[in-house]
Amino acid sequence: MSTVVDIQNVTFAYGENVAVRDVSLTIEEGDFLGLIGPNGSGKTTLLHLMLGLHSPDSGTIELFGDPVDEFDDGERIGYVSQKATSRGGSMPVTVREAVRMGRFAHAGFGRLDDEDEAIVDDALETVGITDLADRRVNQLSGGQRQRAYIARALASEADLLALDEPTVGVDAESRDEFYQLLDSLNQEGITIVLIEHDIGVVTDRADHIACINQELYHHGDTESFVESDALSEAYGANGQVVHHHH
Amino acid sequence: MNATARRSVEFAGIVATALLAVLMIGVISLEALRDHVGAAAFLYEQFIVVGEWMDYYLGTGVFSHGFMWRTIGTVILIGIIAPVVGTYLVHREMALIGETLAHTAFAGVAVGLFFSATTGWDGNLLTAALVVAILGALGVQWLAERTDTYGDVPIAIMLTGSFAVGTIIIEYGQGLSGVAIEDFLFGSAAVVPSSGAQLVVVQTFAVLGVIAITYKQLLFITFDEQAARVARLNVTWYNALLIVMTAVVVVGAMQILGVILVAAMLVVPVAAASQLAESFRETLVLSVLFGQASVLAGYAISIHQGIAASGPIVVVAIAIYLLTIAASSRSSALSMH
Repeated sequence: MSTVVDIQNVTFAYGENVAVRDVSLTIEEGDFLGLIGPNGSGKTTLLHLMLGLHSPDSGTIELFGDPVDEFDDGERIGYVSQKATSRGGSMPVTVREAVRMGRFAHAGFGRLDDEDEAIVDDALETVGITDLADRRVNQLSGGQRQRAYIARALASEADLLALDEPTVGVDAESRDEFYQLLDSLNQEGITIVLIEHDIGVVTDRADHIACINQELYHHGDTESFVESDALSEAYGANGQVVHHHH
Repeated sequence: MNATARRSVEFAGIVATALLAVLMIGVISLEALRDHVGAAAFLYEQFIVVGEWMDYYLGTGVFSHGFMWRTIGTVILIGIIAPVVGTYLVHREMALIGETLAHTAFAGVAVGLFFSATTGWDGNLLTAALVVAILGALGVQWLAERTDTYGDVPIAIMLTGSFAVGTIIIEYGQGLSGVAIEDFLFGSAAVVPSSGAQLVVVQTFAVLGVIAITYKQLLFITFDEQAARVARLNVTWYNALLIVMTAVVVVGAMQILGVILVAAMLVVPVAAASQLAESFRETLVLSVLFGQASVLAGYAISIHQGIAASGPIVVVAIAIYLLTIAASSRSSALSMH
């Protein structure tokens, strides 16, 4: 088993505001890591650091064994951002066009060939939106749209799937289906990093938990997390914790 | 209209536009070569003869003049490349970048005028505009990187700042040259010089070539910049490429539309296309078709009325935009049932 993400003593600040302080953690191939923490705790920043969207002020980050700023196998990472950061809301782009983007890193400046198109078809099939392929992304429901983004990540044949609160604004039923899909992808060997504000969902699905609030309060398997005090320490005694039981 | 019929109409429109563009590039090239190549001179004269016949049958006095063909050709090519680049700009929410770069290009014209008056440099003013607009484009990109946004504040500063510099230089240089600055502000009423038309031909090849190669990358950064970064596209580089292409198109289009109205051609046909298009590819196709309709109808009105082309072109484009809004709300009302 090889290490997918290796973070050592990483600190990152926006100007004076420290978002991530001295965090070290590793993610192994096949892990399903839930990344949790209160609002403004630096979860998204940590994810962005892992993906190379920010450079750390100190410490080192390796992706698939390469320093993150030298890593150039873009197709190995599938990324589903918080909904608000994509222009799917207004731009006339079809589901198929969006999913094809997953093949762009493979194709370089060339055209997508038949094999690429077949992979796109498979990705649409896997997430169950083949019948929506010609619809505009902005005409989809929240759940369908997130499936389209997952399909894009699948089309890139990513080894690492990074998801930042993918189910915000998605109805409960589609959310359950969505997490079942993540489970089955994980069972096929895809490494998953998931930011999710609903701690119940994370502890149900993820096999590892990293709990942060600037600093790393806990990193280990889900069982050890549930038994630890990391949650109340990270969220503070009066913290608002979304917690539900199945 | 069903999907197949719609696709056929669009395809026919694009083929017609392409043929028209090739013909116009041919005419402008023949005009450029006719003093050097005998065959070009012969072909060009035959073409003018055809124009005389057209005038005879249509009862017009337009097509027998070489300078009119040159201007029509420029208008048609602008009607293609401006909406193509604009499609990315509009959905990148950078619509006013074009307007800003036009004002930067105006400063470039002023610098060019000043240079030619004081140093005896007799280069083309458009060359000066192009150089300064590209520098301005890179400046906008630099500001956007530093301020982390293409927000309206850096844009407003760049737009007014470059215009202010332009007016200062022109005030200093007043009386030094006989160039009508109004032509650059409002677009030329009369004709495009041959060098201007040739510049637009070169720009057309450059812009369409770059878009053909980087269509996917530009689409990805436009749709989801963060995911494009994660996929290790060099987003900064592609942003710079897009802005420099915008500067190039703006300088060409400025000859027809003027500094003040040039952004319309980048934005309005795209806005109209986005009302109706079902996909990004269709947005590109429709924005070129709407762009063509605007420039051809607008230019016809301008000739008929003997006024500058810029106003009619923009008004026609906006009329098309309003029609697409009516059409799209009608179709969504229909699909409700």
